[in-house]
Amino acid sequence: MDLYTIAFYLFAVITLVSASIVVFSKNIIYSAFALLFAFFGVAGLYVLLMADFIAVTQLMIYVGGILVLVLFGVMLTTRVINVDMRTGTIQTLPAVLIVAALAGTLVGVFWTTDWRIMPAFPGFEKTAPRIGELLLTSYLLPFEIASVVLLVALVGAAMIARREKKAS
Amino acid sequence: MELQPYLLLSAITFVIGVVGVLSRRNAIIVFMSIELMLNSVNLSLVAFSAFLGDVTGQMLVFFAMTVAAAEAAIGLAIIISMFRNKQTVNIDDINILKW
Repeated sequence: MDLYTIAFYLFAVITLVSASIVVFSKNIIYSAFALLFAFFGVAGLYVLLMADFIAVTQLMIYVGGILVLVLFGVMLTTRVINVDMRTGTIQTLPAVLIVAALAGTLVGVFWTTDWRIMPAFPGFEKTAPRIGELLLTSYLLPFEIASVVLLVALVGAAMIARREKKAS
Repeated sequence: MELQPYLLLSAITFVIGVVGVLSRRNAIIVFMSIELMLNSVNLSLVAFSAFLGDVTGQMLVFFAMTVAAAEAAIGLAIIISMFRNKQTVNIDDINILKW
């Protein structure tokens, strides 16, 4: 086993264990912090796949932005003083059935498909210049639409979350 | 390194996220599970991109992250205003749209 494989399995275990804690933990605070390690594990896998730009973006957007938002959500919607952080589960049996079917399908497709990939792991010199070039040429319209989406989401989130003013 | 381990890891993470969406009662945990699923799909896209030698996959991941950030902001705003009105974030207590 070379170092690359060991690193892959390390990050894979970090991601899977953290993801399981996110979903199966009874305490919502543990879930939120396990999500942090799941994001870190995925960022490590991006580094292994030589996607440097995406790895840094993952850290900045998910760990820096989305996770902080989720923690705010947890703190604002849980009665921290009354310590009611435990959360239950519903519909366990149908969920297990659906998930088993989905898992079987996904894993079966992934293992049996003859992927037309490069014979050797090609990798990239650096990805940021190529991504930037694509963003400003072939993908210019989606790029602009993404910025509009972000603006609308910002305004919408502020409008939905703010307290209604009393009509006086 | 083969492509299959990455895809398998992505599939397992996705399935763990589906378990969370289907079986948890707390809306925020459902929300975190959705983030997990988005991450697993991103992982498979990056894996395909690396093994095909084409950065277009990473491009799609970039847009998926944009949408995920927008979704995080809107989703948490909805959850917070829901909590303000009903004093709960349990998804089976929020059924006023149910006929």
